Amino acid sequence: MKAGIVVFPGTNRERDMAQALRLTSGVAPQMIWHRETSLPSLDLVVLPGGFSHGDYLRSGAMAAHSPIMAEVRRFAERGGYVLGVCNGFQILTEAHLLPGALLRNAGMRFLSQDCHLKVERDGLAFTRRWTSGAVFRAPMAHGDGNYTASEDTLDRLEGEGRVVFRYATADGAVLPQDRTCNPNGSARAIAGIASENGRVCGLMPHPENLVDPAIGGTDGAPLFTGLIEALAA
Amino acid sequence: MSNVVIDADLAARYGLTGDEYQTLLGIMGRVPTLTELGIFSVMWSEHCSYKSSRVHLRTLPTTAPWIIHGPGENAGVVDIGDGMAAIFKMESHNHPSFIEPYQGAATGVGGILRDVFTMGARPIANLNALRFGDPRHAGTRRIVDGVVRGIGGYGNCVGVPTVGGEVNFHPAYDGNPLVNAMTVGIARQDRIFLSAAAGIGNPVVYVGSKTGRDGIHGATMSSAGFDENAQAKRPTVQVGDPFTEKLLIEACLELMATDAIVAIQDMGAAGLTSSAVEMAGKGGVGIELDLDAVPQRETGMTAYEMMLSESQERMLMVLKPEHTEAARAIFEKWELDFAVVGVLTDTARITVKHQGRVEADIPLAPLADAAPVYHRPMALLHPPAHLGSVADPEGIEHALLHLLACPDLASRAWIWNQYDSTLGGQTVRRPGTADAAIVRVEGTNRALALTTDCTPRFCKADPKVGGAQAVAEAWRNITATGALPLAVTDNLNFGNPEHPEVMAQFAAAIAGMGDACRVLDFPVVSGNVSLYNQTKHASGMAVDILPTPAIGGLGVIDDVSKAIGYAMPESCDLILIGTQRGDLGQSLWLREIAHREDGAPPVLDLHAERRNGDFVRAQILSGHIIACHDVSDGGLLIAVAEMAMAGGIGATLLPPAHGLSLHAFYYAEDQACYVAATTDGAALIAAAEKAHVPVRRLGRSGGDALKLSDGMSVAIERLRSVNEATLPAMMDR
Repeated sequence: MKAGIVVFPGTNRERDMAQALRLTSGVAPQMIWHRETSLPSLDLVVLPGGFSHGDYLRSGAMAAHSPIMAEVRRFAERGGYVLGVCNGFQILTEAHLLPGALLRNAGMRFLSQDCHLKVERDGLAFTRRWTSGAVFRAPMAHGDGNYTASEDTLDRLEGEGRVVFRYATADGAVLPQDRTCNPNGSARAIAGIASENGRVCGLMPHPENLVDPAIGGTDGAPLFTGLIEALAA
Repeated sequence: MSNVVIDADLAARYGLTGDEYQTLLGIMGRVPTLTELGIFSVMWSEHCSYKSSRVHLRTLPTTAPWIIHGPGENAGVVDIGDGMAAIFKMESHNHPSFIEPYQGAATGVGGILRDVFTMGARPIANLNALRFGDPRHAGTRRIVDGVVRGIGGYGNCVGVPTVGGEVNFHPAYDGNPLVNAMTVGIARQDRIFLSAAAGIGNPVVYVGSKTGRDGIHGATMSSAGFDENAQAKRPTVQVGDPFTEKLLIEACLELMATDAIVAIQDMGAAGLTSSAVEMAGKGGVGIELDLDAVPQRETGMTAYEMMLSESQERMLMVLKPEHTEAARAIFEKWELDFAVVGVLTDTARITVKHQGRVEADIPLAPLADAAPVYHRPMALLHPPAHLGSVADPEGIEHALLHLLACPDLASRAWIWNQYDSTLGGQTVRRPGTADAAIVRVEGTNRALALTTDCTPRFCKADPKVGGAQAVAEAWRNITATGALPLAVTDNLNFGNPEHPEVMAQFAAAIAGMGDACRVLDFPVVSGNVSLYNQTKHASGMAVDILPTPAIGGLGVIDDVSKAIGYAMPESCDLILIGTQRGDLGQSLWLREIAHREDGAPPVLDLHAERRNGDFVRAQILSGHIIACHDVSDGGLLIAVAEMAMAGGIGATLLPPAHGLSLHAFYYAEDQACYVAATTDGAALIAAAEKAHVPVRRLGRSGGDALKLSDGMSVAIERLRSVNEATLPAMMDR
């Protein structure tokens, strides 16, 4: 699998993502500067976490207009796989590659803590190593992770099986009104969604920070091993 | 400002005493310009010159075979093996954090980061040491909220995980919180960058943010008595931009991978003045600055304003001339300003030109060498009276729940959950899981153990014991993870040095620190002094803070898989290592339960500290101890309760075997003590006895409650609920 990680000014989890991809695939990904106007030949484009352009306008808003994003859009339109994590998810919504938006956390504070994610849709390249209903742990670290969209959009996402991950309790209960379970207040406790073709996926928590047994566990590894399997085929 | 009369009265308003102004006139041989007066004023401020503290700081041990650079550089540098170095320092931003808590704390983080990456290190961890006023005081909530948001806002965005810290509350900090920020970075030993300028004719280059009028005279402000008018000083607080700092880190590290840099220093306190003066002074060269070339954010700035501005996210470098254009290309890629603003000269003077005029022309050697040094008078400190026995007013169980909920012991999760602690993908032990944070060095199997510590109530009662205890506790916290303590950075926060009692506290604390550093082979490699921490109440009475020599400790563990935390494991023997004396003087139990703040702090036997700690570390590395927590704030029962809460597993404790009362046994804050969990208690006890280390069996882990021999049983869920409720109730109401 050939993966590329887009680096915007202010991106800060590109090294974490590179380590996770290297550890799970054995191959170091390429780093792609945001001012590039073409992508190398890739199987996967990753938009990593951070504070692109300081998030000074609105999280992800300026990065969505970086030169490289036109190429990322074409890549996605051609059926390429794109993963956006945290700020990367925010950029994907600002670029309209995924619907909805990420607002300030409901408690108006930055949240850095472990959360549990329930896999709502298995069988995607991102989730093939799990079965629907599986629960895994992942660190969250964001101020703007409160997913929102119109009721119609939310209904459509649910109907089309595009809600990929939800915040849940450790035993899989989804309680959207409960801040200990759905810490940022996301609509319908949605933590991650996918595009219509299932190949563009965005989520707020950081599976890339739980892939190494020495660093807290390997709960996040199936996302990467699944992608490697799917994209090697 | 051109028609201002420059005389001793004006100099006094700029913080220079009459004698200091006379020395200035002697050096200059004429009346200084306003810009020159500003330069002297900041360079001779307490903050930049250490004029009250220097004679005492000299007594601290600063060397060891593994120390590469001690005090005198931007940060301390320690050999951690395999050609790698850890670079670290702690620095205060106390006064700005009172005036404008968010920006004060944020720029504190930004400033200490620059001290570390200016030496060539990629910052890998931030920590902090915070002191706030009484939670019931009207201003405390605003300050806690702003400081925590500021630390998180800067650290999270700049991309460095905040992995540890400490917090205390006490009324002595009501009008003067302490915000001490620590950064740790990693560099290759053959790529460490220093600040001594060299090479006559080499270009002096300014990079980073543009210069504005913010923070002018911040260094002088932080060196002045702090009073009820402090809020009027808001314009002297700088504004942080972590996004620009992130770009600056990446651009500097990219440039540092080349061979272009001769010397580099960040523009911190006193901005362009101190960086230019210190770089040229250390290198024994002259420097000429052309202020017309300085990137400016505002129009019409004077030379005085540009030299004194403390705008953030700026660095000054001396480059090899043939690399200048390649360097410029790197900074332009990162969309940062890059300007050649001067040149090194052979004049041994700093010359500042602006709009065709020489605004300052000062000989560098006397500016540094004639900086005032004071042997300030010291009061005779009286050793505290021994406490004697104190009756237990409310029983063990009530005290346990009361203490776990008190602000100094309550769960800090509300705070650390606002700090990104996993960023970077190397955080092995996050806050609340081990006595020190454990951060792996990327690409290796080695990790750093990091902690910040100080017990101000001990320092107030007996500054010498308190200074030593702060060092010992940092050493102990690193040891309790299995790591080997290597070096410390210090942040010496004290009151007004013109008060003889404060100066005596300062000298005694340093003497105690020095003793501990020597016995524990734990030298001081960097640090910062913050004096004049006091509040003038409306009545006119000035109250000094508790003496607070915060210690930042750094250790290393060669095999990260051997590092342990304090989460209680299932079905283990719990063994106490160390001697219990049962003195309750200055303990949290005494303050919170008996409502007294008196007595002597616990006895600190540094040789026992060393012996017990070396034994514990060896037993961790050999796999015999699988969880460990030192006995500190709150005493033995609090240590066991914290282990139980972290692991979700309870314990049943045996009765105390010797003549101590129950509350002395459980709540005295005995030093050099550890609670160790092991699968084979008999073997650990035998090994301790063989090593002449005091040891006794405490009990056994298991179940979902903490049970004592007197029948007390408290469910872990109950412990957690009282422990976790305090800060949210205080802050989110």
